[in-house]
Amino acid sequence: MERLKDHPVLDFDRGEKVIFYFEGKPIEGYTNETIAAALHAAGIKVFSYSPKKKRPRGFFCAVGKCSSCLMVVDGRPNVRTCMEYVRPGIHVRRQRGLEKLKGTEE
Amino acid sequence: MSEKLDVQLAVVGGGPAGLAAALAASRFGLEVLLIDENKELGGQLIKQTHKFFGSHNHMASVRGIEIANRLKKEIRENSHITVFLDTTAVGYYENGELLLYRKSPEEKLVSCFPKAVIFATGARENMLAFPGNDLPGVYGAGAVQTLMNVYGVLPARKILMVGSGNIGLIVSYQLLQAGTEVAAIVEILPWIGGYIVHASKVRRYGVPILTRHTIIEARGKEWVEEAVIAKVGEDFNPIEGTEKVLEVDAVCLAVGLSPIVELVRQAGVYTPYIPELGGLVPWHDDDMRTNLPNVFVAGDLAGIEEATTAMLEGELAALSAAEYFGVKSEEIQKMRKDRKARLEELRASRFSDKVKNGLQKLAAKRPK
Repeated sequence: MERLKDHPVLDFDRGEKVIFYFEGKPIEGYTNETIAAALHAAGIKVFSYSPKKKRPRGFFCAVGKCSSCLMVVDGRPNVRTCMEYVRPGIHVRRQRGLEKLKGTEE
Repeated sequence: MSEKLDVQLAVVGGGPAGLAAALAASRFGLEVLLIDENKELGGQLIKQTHKFFGSHNHMASVRGIEIANRLKKEIRENSHITVFLDTTAVGYYENGELLLYRKSPEEKLVSCFPKAVIFATGARENMLAFPGNDLPGVYGAGAVQTLMNVYGVLPARKILMVGSGNIGLIVSYQLLQAGTEVAAIVEILPWIGGYIVHASKVRRYGVPILTRHTIIEARGKEWVEEAVIAKVGEDFNPIEGTEKVLEVDAVCLAVGLSPIVELVRQAGVYTPYIPELGGLVPWHDDDMRTNLPNVFVAGDLAGIEEATTAMLEGELAALSAAEYFGVKSEEIQKMRKDRKARLEELRASRFSDKVKNGLQKLAAKRPK
């Protein structure tokens, strides 16, 4: 997808342009965008795979209520990427099913 | 790390209801802690680019984002209101503890024991059952609005809208403004749900509004590539042989909202099931009091309506909270009468019949 340039009603204050990483690859984002919005703007729609049937999952509610956009951010699983903002240098990757919480490894 | 905090009145949720509640409560001298999960106050108002309808004396012809900006400014300048942004109310416990998880300025848990709480937690999007509804590209209408109106990201190239209520119609129009093609709007009922003005706007763009139609499947490998729609019969079941395949890269669901009741239920508020108000709703009277003396509700949480009614309910909740704290003033009675009259005016049209029925049902369920 793409970012809108001209809008008949709105101006967008996107904040500072920064680089973060998706599955190890650099992505451009803005500090006033959520991770989900920045990924979407980069054309990335699959955010996770479901625990049992490994079905692709993406963004759905954008208000932190549906759990469809959970991803692993800087090693921390279950991050609601529709609520979490882009920060420079963060590492984001797709969550695969129920991932282990930090500190709970056997 | 956790810390404790003294709070008189907590307002949970900084959308239209919560903002109006915090401001009204501060007017009667209450010290307010306003909590919102987002980085910005305003709730759904910040994505509403359309001008408001409704009563002439209440924000008609003003855009939601402008209303949010006005209220935000008033809140910032108000010394009785403390605002915690980026903060989630994660639990309300038997001992009266409201637990807050703050993400910034530093990540920590904050424990508070507010003497009273106004819950204005809003609503969440409804899902619809059909094969492929979990594919990326099936979005709630609010999510589509967030992507394009808050972050300025095009949600899709070509979209199917499901639902012709005001949200479905308005979001379709906003999508067209942003440059997304709207393949069709499907509506399972025999008539268009929203206002004719909104429907006319999308019709002028040539978007078909197909009544007695619904989505029966979303298809695609990793994300939506096609949507299958079909005509429905009198029993609302799809009629075989009427299927049509639309080439779209997204499906937008505008099929209603449900109140976010987890916290009020934890608090012990009675939540009967009233479909006309969106499902489980906290029981409340017309002064927004619940069955608990120090818990009040307002906005979509108290029954799905819209921003103007939410603001009036927020003010009514604040008046009840002020009385709970023993504030006696003629101003309370005056404001109450005025706000109730405005609510009645806003609910006068036939579009509010459902809500009025729901509120009657709710009143009949008054707990003993």
